[in-house]
Amino acid sequence: MRTYYEMTDNVVIRVQGLSKKYVIGHQAERERYTTLRDVIAHKMKSLARPAADFVRKGATVAGGESEEFWALKNVMFEVKRGEVVGIIGRNGAGKSTLLKILSRITEPSGGRVEIKGRVASLLEVGTGFHPELTGRENIYLNGAILGMTRAEIRRKFDEIVEFAEVERFLDTPVKRYSSGMYVRLAFAVAAHVDPEILIVDEVLAVGDAEFQKKCLGKMKEAAAGQGRTVLFVSHNMSAVSTLCHRGIVLHRGRLHFDGLVEDALARYLGLRERCSARASAVDLTKPSILHVEVDEGEACNGNLKIEVEFASPWPLEPLLIGAVVYNRLGAPVFGLNTWQNGCEVPPRVRHGKATLHLRDISIHSGVYSVSVFLGEKDTNHDILENAAFFDFVSPEPLPLGLNPDTVGAMRADGRWQFEIIG
Amino acid sequence: MTIPMTLQDKANLTQERVLVLEAGRAERHYWRDLWTYRELFAILAWRDLAVRYKQTVIGVAWAVIRPTLTMLIFTVLFSRLAKLPSDGHAPYPVMVFAGMLPWFLFSTILSEASDSLVSNSNLIGKVYFPRLIVPSATIVVALVDFAITFVLLLVMMAWYGFLPDWRIAFLPFFVLLAILASLGPALYITALNVKYRDFRYVIPFILQFGLYVSPVGFSSAVVPQKWQMLYSLNPAVGVIEGFRWCLLRGQSQLYLPGFCLSLGVAGAFMGLGIWYFRKTERTFADLL
Repeated sequence: MRTYYEMTDNVVIRVQGLSKKYVIGHQAERERYTTLRDVIAHKMKSLARPAADFVRKGATVAGGESEEFWALKNVMFEVKRGEVVGIIGRNGAGKSTLLKILSRITEPSGGRVEIKGRVASLLEVGTGFHPELTGRENIYLNGAILGMTRAEIRRKFDEIVEFAEVERFLDTPVKRYSSGMYVRLAFAVAAHVDPEILIVDEVLAVGDAEFQKKCLGKMKEAAAGQGRTVLFVSHNMSAVSTLCHRGIVLHRGRLHFDGLVEDALARYLGLRERCSARASAVDLTKPSILHVEVDEGEACNGNLKIEVEFASPWPLEPLLIGAVVYNRLGAPVFGLNTWQNGCEVPPRVRHGKATLHLRDISIHSGVYSVSVFLGEKDTNHDILENAAFFDFVSPEPLPLGLNPDTVGAMRADGRWQFEIIG
Repeated sequence: MTIPMTLQDKANLTQERVLVLEAGRAERHYWRDLWTYRELFAILAWRDLAVRYKQTVIGVAWAVIRPTLTMLIFTVLFSRLAKLPSDGHAPYPVMVFAGMLPWFLFSTILSEASDSLVSNSNLIGKVYFPRLIVPSATIVVALVDFAITFVLLLVMMAWYGFLPDWRIAFLPFFVLLAILASLGPALYITALNVKYRDFRYVIPFILQFGLYVSPVGFSSAVVPQKWQMLYSLNPAVGVIEGFRWCLLRGQSQLYLPGFCLSLGVAGAFMGLGIWYFRKTERTFADLL
């Protein structure tokens, strides 16, 4: 009993039965806001419709106008002080909605959240940056937006500037910054916010690799050294696995798994859906990927067969399709596109299916994911990230105790030679 | 499978301030939060100012040229052509300017605040703060413009040798009234604007209409006595009359019953604005 109390005393976030519902209007699928004009026109129509139905002796169709969508459904978990929790899930699983509720940006439709302590959320890098203002001014602006007091910013100012490496450009408007400098400055401010609870969404997805590493280090230090609670969302699985010790997997708005991060990653990859129809409705105003399928049977035999169906409102000239295969941690392993290997692309296609065959790929057995790109000439029109996951079985299994995470995904053929010296 | 909370749990949780998020839960600490976020208010106001006056010359010139030209046009139009009388002995241009001062304050707040939520949508979708800060912060920019115009008026009054008397001491009160009268409708409109994006087209219309309906270019004394009460339903009327009363050495009469009515209408709008804003505030992030 005693330990139970001690444990609950340390709980800083308690989420109970949390749900969030969005109502998707079919009228305005792409736009969330409406115009008064539309509302008036719509009201008139719906007034007229029952009458029209009555005349036609049909049943009145109700509820065809909008559809409910549960971004989160009955999610429940607790986070203790000092825990670093990775929240993983595919696009649309509800990760961002969860973070938005915890950061008080949007309110839940059901359930309850209790939060103890000051929360800062980084849902975006450089929130509120104004291009006309100088670097110095933006540090103060962004800091205040992230919840720092002026005294706090002044105290950390030099540290922020040093971290961002922008000393020379402090009094230059940020609109003249290179994109790298801009991101570095934004990161630097964000990295110096120190609340009791830090909520981070995918911010490491931008910036160059070296700077990302620096930020990751900074976050690690904050979590370990200062006992800060961190909720971290990322698609970068290696970042999640190095930073977090606990993982929460969300799947279609529900809590799918909660436990050690290694297990969570495995469960997440176990959620693979061999074929992936698009989650959202396909926008056929631009070229789109309709369907991606990986042949599981082939993958079990050391081969790979990826089928991509696509459609475009105009004939694609020349068509460009690419596929990149990622390992369990989200690092790319290899990629191919239709411009390589002397591939002959049919001219002016609007709708078609492309199948990529790969024989005897030299990768180790494991779970991989594939992202598919659709483009034309030198522009990318559509990207379907993590379009499909597959279990690859190599004809030459790794010796026991070794796995692709430790020795890498590539299977190399080599010969050892020995020379006995003593 | 909810974990029942024991009393001990509850006690532990309340040791520090516990934030509870639930559907439809009115935030009890809203007004206190507003105070906690005062630095954000200051910094947003400062940002708007900095951006506006970044090109100092253009910023100040705009605050000077706009009222000067309007004053010239109104003086020619209403005094020279329409031969309308001024208030008592006050020079016509001074009277026009004294009315324009609150009108520009009123219209700047109304137009800037109404647009504020949509133009700050990137902030609203990414961080929490009491949303009331955003439209309120625009008041500061309007006040700086007001100060510049006010200096201009003083220069003009000195030129005409017609300086204000002790009544000017009441000016802050009327400035406050102008802010209240404009912020009320602005809050309502900015919240509506989030949901119905075409609502912003209503603002220029209201302002253009209001400029002629309100006694900016002429004295409210030219309105027939029997219509005075009805006329005072426009909250801008009370504000403008008040400004003229305290700036024009009492040459302009303050029609008290009408003034009280204007005050009441302004108050009602303020109440309505805050109520509607608070009611819809929680959905802003989902709509923007």
